[in-house]
Amino acid sequence: MKEILIISGKGGTGKTFFTGCLATSLNNKILVDCDVDAANLHLLLHPEIKQTYDFIGGKIASIDETRCIQCGACKEVCKFNAINDRFQVEDFSCEGCTICSYVCPEKAIILKDRISGKYFLSETKYGILIHARLGIAQENSGKLVTKLREIAKETAQSEGADYIVIDGPPGVGCPVMASMTGVDLVVAVTEPTVSGMHDLSRVIELSKHFNIPVKVVINKYDLNTEMSSDIVKMVESSGIEVCGKIPFSEDILASVKAGKPFLEFTKNSLTIEIEELIDKIT
Amino acid sequence: MVISVASGKGGTGKTTVVVSLALSIENSQLIDCDVEEPNVHLFLNPEIKQELKVFSVVPEVDKEKCNLCGYCSTVCAYNALSVIKLDSSGDVLLFPHLCHGCDGCILLCPEKAMKPAHRGIGMIKIGSFEGIEFIEGRLNISEVLAPKVIEEAKAYAKKDKITIIDAPPGTSCPAVTAVKGSDFCILVTEPTPFGLHDLELAYEVTKALNIKAGVIINKSGDDALIEDFCRKNKIPVLLKIPFHRKIAEAYSKGIPLIKAMPEYKEIFQRLYRDIREII
Repeated sequence: MKEILIISGKGGTGKTFFTGCLATSLNNKILVDCDVDAANLHLLLHPEIKQTYDFIGGKIASIDETRCIQCGACKEVCKFNAINDRFQVEDFSCEGCTICSYVCPEKAIILKDRISGKYFLSETKYGILIHARLGIAQENSGKLVTKLREIAKETAQSEGADYIVIDGPPGVGCPVMASMTGVDLVVAVTEPTVSGMHDLSRVIELSKHFNIPVKVVINKYDLNTEMSSDIVKMVESSGIEVCGKIPFSEDILASVKAGKPFLEFTKNSLTIEIEELIDKIT
Repeated sequence: MVISVASGKGGTGKTTVVVSLALSIENSQLIDCDVEEPNVHLFLNPEIKQELKVFSVVPEVDKEKCNLCGYCSTVCAYNALSVIKLDSSGDVLLFPHLCHGCDGCILLCPEKAMKPAHRGIGMIKIGSFEGIEFIEGRLNISEVLAPKVIEEAKAYAKKDKITIIDAPPGTSCPAVTAVKGSDFCILVTEPTPFGLHDLELAYEVTKALNIKAGVIINKSGDDALIEDFCRKNKIPVLLKIPFHRKIAEAYSKGIPLIKAMPEYKEIFQRLYRDIREII
């Protein structure tokens, strides 16, 4: 079984579009949307949710007013400024370190599990999809990503799947790292812009840090062919293969608007090219 | 005044808006809070005058005092400490990437065997470009404490300037940390189901933080999807930027929109006046 992660560094380069292509083109796979902050893959794959789970993302503190004597001990130790002047815990700021509960002389701190979001096991016509919805302003997205990947792995094993295809989050932070650890291949989708190139170099750096092979796809390459060749040079100088270039296409935009994976939306020379590109990756 | 620019999803044109707005108005200051992928500098090429490291506090164990009781690892909610005790020796292992710097272990160690040490997790760059003050937060590769770097970048803002914040994508802690405390939040979106979905989430953030919001539709064309949502939720559509090959090309080369198409300067000045009126 092979785990493939689609990643981009920068948002909006076409990660989800490309994952949608893999969803249509590969057989016998489990799909995972690890962009838990702003999951979009379901907008293309239209899953039917089979199981829903709560995601417990740690603890959250609150103060029992009837016990609190407003001594200020909790406020003093809270490094996250989560306790306001009225001795209430501000949910957005509390990081669940629980240290306030150790110092409160009146045992007035209540610790509860923080339900940070939900995750789902769904069926789509392209296979099983594991996805999630992180609550607004919740942290621990890395932990949620790890959870999704655990379920994906278990499901893939029990179903005897050949591939796990992961739509990754943008950036290079904690959810990206959680998406990346232990995968067999990273496919970095980039675009020929100064930001695209800049962010691609950060993603490549991160992949090297984890020692994972990378292949690069340049999307919308004809928007700036000069920049595209600069990217090719930059990528190849770090010993990485650019395995494909996809032109800017109104058809692709239309498929996203229609909420359909591109390879299913239309059949033309571009779809054949993309299928060949996918053969090269897998 | 603080105006933040957020989007839910990446790649909708946040940086384009941030840069053009800052270049169009007087007395502006720009903070790039997209610390995982700071991109504003690619468009402004600011002259950097100061570089400051951002540190996170991690515990340092005094092996003379530590009796390997293991209490530190019990209190650590992030599993950043592990204590190994063998017959005659042992060790306290710190996993610095998991540490949130809550100081709990330092405070609660019964032997007072821990003291704070500092670990670099990122960088703040301060400079200027054509009279615009520029601040950038940058998280080191493989670090996770983005909110810490964002808070520090925001702390360098000058109060007498009009501050424009480029927020990171998403709706989790980094995005919230960036937007928090703003007087107004511009939500940049594009007219696709993806754009709408992420706009809904980003709008939830501004509601939760009690910040007034308005929408800019980028790559505008058939905008009914977004306009319906804005009408239903009474969010003003402040501006539409059409999809234009010239705009995409300028962006790809790192040329700010208002430099490539100077007629946009007036449009962004009007945008700023509209926002002032709403506040």
